[in-house]
Amino acid sequence: MNKLSLIIKREYLAKVRNKSFVIMTFLSPILMVGMIVLIAYLTKVNDSQKRIIGVFNESNYFSTDFTTNERTSYIFFKDISLQAAKDSTLSLGIFGLLHIPDRSSLEEVAESTFFYSKEPPNTLVLDLLEDIFEERLRQGKLLDMGVSTEQFAAINDKFEINIANFTGEQNLKGINEMKAFIGGGFGYLIMMFIIIYGGFVMRSVIEEKTSRIIEVIISSVKPFQLMLGKIIGTSLAGITQFAIWIISASLLLFVVFLVFGIDLTGYSEQSVMASNPMSGISPLPATTDTMQLYALELLQIPWGLLISLFLVYFVLGYLIYSSIYAAIGAAVDNETDTQQFIFPIILPLMLAIYVGFFSVFNNPHGPIAVAFSLFPLTSPIVMLMRLPGGIGEGGVPLWQVIISIVFLILTFIGIVWLAAKIYRVGILMYGKKPTYKELFKWLKY
Amino acid sequence: MNNILVARNVTKKYGNKMALNDVSLVIPKNSIYGLLGPNGAGKTTLIRIINQITYPDSGEVIFDGELLRPRHIALIGYLPEERGLYKSMKVGEQALYLAQLKGLSKADANQKLKYWFDKLEIGDWWNRKVQELSKGMAQKIQFIVTVLHEPKLLIFDEPFSGFDPINANIIKDEIIKLKEKGTSIIFSTHRMESVEELCEYIALLHNAEKILDGRLEDIKKEYKNNMFRVGLEMENGENFLKLISDKFDISSSNYDYNRKQLDFTVQLPTDDTRAFLALVSAEASINNFIETIPSANDIFIQTVQRKNDNE
Repeated sequence: MNKLSLIIKREYLAKVRNKSFVIMTFLSPILMVGMIVLIAYLTKVNDSQKRIIGVFNESNYFSTDFTTNERTSYIFFKDISLQAAKDSTLSLGIFGLLHIPDRSSLEEVAESTFFYSKEPPNTLVLDLLEDIFEERLRQGKLLDMGVSTEQFAAINDKFEINIANFTGEQNLKGINEMKAFIGGGFGYLIMMFIIIYGGFVMRSVIEEKTSRIIEVIISSVKPFQLMLGKIIGTSLAGITQFAIWIISASLLLFVVFLVFGIDLTGYSEQSVMASNPMSGISPLPATTDTMQLYALELLQIPWGLLISLFLVYFVLGYLIYSSIYAAIGAAVDNETDTQQFIFPIILPLMLAIYVGFFSVFNNPHGPIAVAFSLFPLTSPIVMLMRLPGGIGEGGVPLWQVIISIVFLILTFIGIVWLAAKIYRVGILMYGKKPTYKELFKWLKY
Repeated sequence: MNNILVARNVTKKYGNKMALNDVSLVIPKNSIYGLLGPNGAGKTTLIRIINQITYPDSGEVIFDGELLRPRHIALIGYLPEERGLYKSMKVGEQALYLAQLKGLSKADANQKLKYWFDKLEIGDWWNRKVQELSKGMAQKIQFIVTVLHEPKLLIFDEPFSGFDPINANIIKDEIIKLKEKGTSIIFSTHRMESVEELCEYIALLHNAEKILDGRLEDIKKEYKNNMFRVGLEMENGENFLKLISDKFDISSSNYDYNRKQLDFTVQLPTDDTRAFLALVSAEASINNFIETIPSANDIFIQTVQRKNDNE
């Protein structure tokens, strides 16, 4: 035990004192805050630009439909030729020209309408214009069927379905996605940590091999102790780094907000959205009432449970993967030989993230989500995405949590045992480019 | 209890490759023992078994009268053939770390390290990083770390490879001093001539098998074939050479007219030299008369050949 703590201490100090570690640790928060500020700034600049569209309407329709809103405004041309309208559009430097010719019926007018622009318009612009036409066409058809304008206005009410669970509590739209985002954040953190610090473990093993100190060390300690000490020491360095990041990033953000006098409540939401490219849903302009409900709902997420299970899945998942990384490091002589072995490790991690984002978000308790949250190589990430819904009714069934942790522990024991065997043989092998077949043979040594 | 290490019928296989085949050795206390043989003979495997880095498939190893156990690691010092240091760590810090891994307390290790650093005149290097060291410096540090915890048994695998002659001599002297203090030492090498003068006992390994072991003196006696190198001073050396060539088996002879020096090698039928010497001393004055003792290398080659002939 004493030797293990010596190894952990050395590995930790070797990592923490490393120049690149120090630079990364203190530069990253600055970069991160810079990115957020930049994105927020760019988004603002982008939004403030108004699009102006020229409308040359020769027909009897659509006279009241083009109303200026915060994104788009319209200039109307009258009593000139189409060519003159095009020329003025260009000379005014506005985005494009919508030409609605004079025809006998609404359908024909719509058929022969053209939109001219210098650059091909994006779907946002087209959607806006198409909506106007669709609305008119629908109304026209309904009028033909004998529906009056007042009746049409009456049918056009918007409708949102109310959702509730069986105990009668009202549910909020999108709350599942929000919960999955929080879980997804934890899962993403685990994946990043495994890839970054697993890689550190691997490079550290390779360094011991290339510097030829390995045999000196293992004549004093068991290879397994060295492997374990390395994994733990490196992960402690990682936790230190993450802690520094979280503390300094929040301090820096706070300072930035103070300096620029930005309203914290509005801004933090925007920055979250900006920093998370996977977010497809943008929160609808909500009343304070629903905001309150969302806040309450978020508070109801079992944070204590979530964080303690995060720690369980994090520790087990990290130990499994980093012992594989250590075994790879032991098997090769230099980093270029690691590629063929690394890909199969990253694959389940990537799969977990993608399955998480695409499957768990839509249906946290569907068969795919359940399967991946039980499979030990993906469960640390996928299960965490499901967990913000809680355990038990409405959340993850307790048996699934227990089974996934049991699977994880069994896999942990199995993988560490295999990895230790490969490690033990590999660290003393020089000048061999190993194949999977070779590694399999080592298991029997 | 007069043996520091006894290996009994140790066998080790790597997959289908036999690394050690039923090897038994007895290493007496307070001796220098040479573990000799070409590359791939199984020396390093045997040493790794002694250091409990790997374990034998069958057979057992007795250390100082007890079955080899993990706690014995602290009583063994091992300088591997593939040796190195952490490049980015400071010299002193690193030496402390390695010493503590061997079970020394920090204070104890510090004190002993200071002593050895001063002794080998590298005290100034305590706060330098290893990557600034020359290869010889690094070797000195590795040597210190190996012997620091005052082990009962020291194992050196190819100890002098990488050392320049001056440092090699310093280390050789330190090893001899350690032996005088009561340490038992194993040398493992494929360059047999490099340790021959130091070893009292040797074992020869070849193709995973022990082909010969024992006290070096006894082995040499057994392998010597009554060959002598003779130097005489006389007139008419050529005539004399012809005369004794009829009676004895003479080879590589040479007569120097100017210095009147006759040199030749003679093979005597028995180890009784009196008849030959009587004959020679009657005719010439003897400058030298030396028995040509086979080197460990010669013995090795002879043994392997003999073994191959038998098979």
